[in-house]
Amino acid sequence: MRKLYIASLLIGGMALGSTASQAEDKDWGAYKVGDKLSGYTYATKETRAIQDDDFENPAQIWVDQAEGNWSSVEGEAGKSCESCHNAASDSMKGVATRYPVLNKNKAAMVNVEQQINFCRTSQMKAKAWKWESAELLGMTAFVKLQSRGMPVNVKIDGPVTPYYEKGKAFYYERRGQLDMACKHCHEDNPGKYARANLLSQGQSNGFPTYRLKWQKIGSLHRRFRGCNKNIRAQPFAYGAPEYVNLELYLNSRGQGLPVETPSVRN
Amino acid sequence: MVQRIEMSSVSRRDILKFAGAGACTALATSLLPGLAMADAKLAAESIKKITGGKTPTMGKVTLELPQIAENGNTVPVGVDVDSPMTDADYVKTIHILADGNPLPEVAVFKFSPASGKAKAATRMRLAKTQNVIAVAEMGDGSVFMAKTEVKVTIGGCGG
Amino acid sequence: MAKVKARVKSPKSVKKGEVFQVKTLISHKMESGRRKNKKTGENIPRMIINSFACNYNGKEVFASDWHPAVSANPYMAFHVRAVDSGTLDFMWKDDSGKEYKKSAKIAVT
Repeated sequence: MRKLYIASLLIGGMALGSTASQAEDKDWGAYKVGDKLSGYTYATKETRAIQDDDFENPAQIWVDQAEGNWSSVEGEAGKSCESCHNAASDSMKGVATRYPVLNKNKAAMVNVEQQINFCRTSQMKAKAWKWESAELLGMTAFVKLQSRGMPVNVKIDGPVTPYYEKGKAFYYERRGQLDMACKHCHEDNPGKYARANLLSQGQSNGFPTYRLKWQKIGSLHRRFRGCNKNIRAQPFAYGAPEYVNLELYLNSRGQGLPVETPSVRN
Repeated sequence: MVQRIEMSSVSRRDILKFAGAGACTALATSLLPGLAMADAKLAAESIKKITGGKTPTMGKVTLELPQIAENGNTVPVGVDVDSPMTDADYVKTIHILADGNPLPEVAVFKFSPASGKAKAATRMRLAKTQNVIAVAEMGDGSVFMAKTEVKVTIGGCGG
Repeated sequence: MAKVKARVKSPKSVKKGEVFQVKTLISHKMESGRRKNKKTGENIPRMIINSFACNYNGKEVFASDWHPAVSANPYMAFHVRAVDSGTLDFMWKDDSGKEYKKSAKIAVT
């Protein structure tokens, strides 16, 4: 371990401040599992209050809309989600805790967004929803909501191992003009400030999330893209295998944390 | 000012690059574009317009605000005026103003005795650290006011 | 999102004379008019919901004017005194004059 004493940082415009200790001195209940801390524990009490009340949480607007879409027939097959899956409260319970999973022909990992679109194109014969559309974000959040409070529980062994390893490699790989890896912020420095931002463990259990900054709901892959842009790296496309593998790896890091979708974050 | 920083594995070079790149600064300015110019004078003018020149009395009005807002895009604000809300004694309106925003007016809450309580809450945008002001006009024409500073953290690398 | 959706939370039944809380939320970008299109550099025109009102059995009991400093997906909480059973009507109006409506039944015992 190296210790650095850097005065020029402040002049340079960035300071990694000391810990806010927010994450340490409170009983976080379900939001803390072992040393895993949900992003919830890094939020201010005002932001947490918005998440705590389902009515006050603006993400619920998108969830409401998705609840309606669940039973609306679309596509040439004349089906809705409900035609195959009946009531989401039963059929989707616990499903999101296991995603991403290997796809049908075992050639790639698919996350919830991709599974929804796979159902739309293959079963409903309907058009895929666009990434970050109100429809896809809403349905993803609605599906994940059915697992709310249940622990994240992804499979990383057997045929999934190579994808897990790829995701892990991505996490530790330096990239971009700033030559930084995910781990530099989220493993080495959570609880410290990068300028005015409190760095978190980068847990994925609350996505899609309503971000105050975005002023709307957004996906985990949008967050990845934002992180990548911040370190001046070329972001990957929404749903790119690199990001789905990373999603798998992040979920495995957050194994045991409860699904919090739709969370509210800064 | 020298700050001691302990880090495990980011090299000195990395940090200096990060600092110099200005990526965060660019983000900060894009957060609330155009909301940089502040003018407390505008707020004072707005208050004058509301009160018709009367000087509001401090008190009676309670503002509920975070001390530090995590994000200037969504700052919860609540306001409460102690009033029986009867036909004889009620709160007509409460104006919410932000004296560091380019446009100080945020919202006007219009009550009637049928409201039962002169209490309301919404969420607002704050361009920077500034005072939030609530001006309450009573049914009898008297005016009361409350003022609270909210610190706004901008300049995030929050992706 | 293109479709504007409103949510309202008010009690189904209250005692006469009781003061109850109403919460509302509506999906809207609340485009402030102060942002620029990053690519073209042109101003994005202002488009906000500028007024909200709640009528109780046809009579206005609470209203609010909103400026661009009201956050996206505006949240509004306020109170109403229970008088008679009936309907709460909620109206939001944006800069283009478009109105969004929602209503809720209330039983007063």
